[in-house]
Amino acid sequence: MLVFLPSAWAHAFIDHAEPAVGSKLASPPGAVKIWFTERLEPALSTIQVFDSQGTEVDKRDTKVDPKNGQLLVVSLPAIKTGKYRVTWRVVSVDTHVTNGSFEFEVTG
Amino acid sequence: MTGTLAASTIHFSNMNFKNLIPTAFYIPLGMCALVAMPNWADAHGFAGDRFFPATISTDDPFAASELSLPTISAIRQPGGSGPVKDINISADLSVLVLPRTAVTIGDGYQIVKPANQRALTGFDNLTANVLFEFYENDPHELITSVGLTWEIGGTGRRSLGASSFSTFTPTFYVGKGLGDLPSSLPWLRPIALTGEVGLSIPSRAGDRSVSFDTATGRNQVTITPNPDLIQWGIAVEYSLIYLQEHVKDIGLRAPFDRLIPLVEFAMHTPVNRLIGPTTGTVNPGIIWSGQYSQFGVEAVIPVNSHTGNNVGVVAQLHFYLDDILPKVFSKPLINP
Repeated sequence: MLVFLPSAWAHAFIDHAEPAVGSKLASPPGAVKIWFTERLEPALSTIQVFDSQGTEVDKRDTKVDPKNGQLLVVSLPAIKTGKYRVTWRVVSVDTHVTNGSFEFEVTG
Repeated sequence: MTGTLAASTIHFSNMNFKNLIPTAFYIPLGMCALVAMPNWADAHGFAGDRFFPATISTDDPFAASELSLPTISAIRQPGGSGPVKDINISADLSVLVLPRTAVTIGDGYQIVKPANQRALTGFDNLTANVLFEFYENDPHELITSVGLTWEIGGTGRRSLGASSFSTFTPTFYVGKGLGDLPSSLPWLRPIALTGEVGLSIPSRAGDRSVSFDTATGRNQVTITPNPDLIQWGIAVEYSLIYLQEHVKDIGLRAPFDRLIPLVEFAMHTPVNRLIGPTTGTVNPGIIWSGQYSQFGVEAVIPVNSHTGNNVGVVAQLHFYLDDILPKVFSKPLINP
């Protein structure tokens, strides 16, 4: 019988996000936060936020939370009403690369 | 792609419902040849945003290091003197040996228990497969692969249906997620399809048997033809993982946020020699996919009376070796 002792690493999935995936918000968020299932490689993990015209609106300051290696955050300026697409590309600490995207809407 | 070998050895008939899901045996292929590379690892089963699980009854198009251990199928078949229990315990090991190229070895152990009789047991034929991913389009969540499966004749127990001849099955595989549908159709975007179509070619066109005919006092030669078969399969999946991560967070939490309901169709159509009806099964079920492993269970429903009359069940525990042992399996064994 083979016995496997899993390491603490694997490819990173989203655990949850703020704003939530597919959510509608009455007021604009100040940041996009994504909690992943794995610890992330800070230098190689990014979040970008685009408006409906495809223009990047985030402050390009993605960082891994220093107290939580699974939380990735990017700041937002005061954004207008409309639909926004969040794209992320993360590298977990075992070098697995995953990426993805989701939308949220600010209804105003 | 470990589900692949299973599908390739499913043979159904009124007489013999054996080899429902293949067999078990592994060889840790060339692990000692590992070459450590500094590149980032591509996660297995992904095309763009889409994570495809390893399907159970049909083959998926991904070349990855993974282990199905065990796959257990069970069905009760009608027999001449009562029902016959048919249980198969199998395993498949896939190893990424070159970029986008995986080799799989699988085998199974068959337990056939006729009513009021001792069980017959034995191994299925050993099966090997090589699969190459030749096209991937991430924005459209599309991947295509080609492969060749070799069922190695004479390695299983003949009295339980393992053939003495080899069978070769060149196969085309495809996977497509519907995540590129417009955002006006959000609830359809978690759907994904995988499919395969292959031509199963036996190395012997027919089996020759000789029996003594007491009426004529002469030997009688019987030839049983071995037809070429088109093996085709489709899996339709609805990924709650994709729904939660890419469409809308509906508040599902563990373990429900990792479920993938699916229906698989595993079919065979003879194309020559012994032209008969298409046989196969429709297998509705569900897969739970975690960080290191997945577990799936499906009902096995014959599509027609030529396939069988009873409903069976198949369950599989499957390990993502590239996540469990990333230092060994997250890169190809040979990385030119």
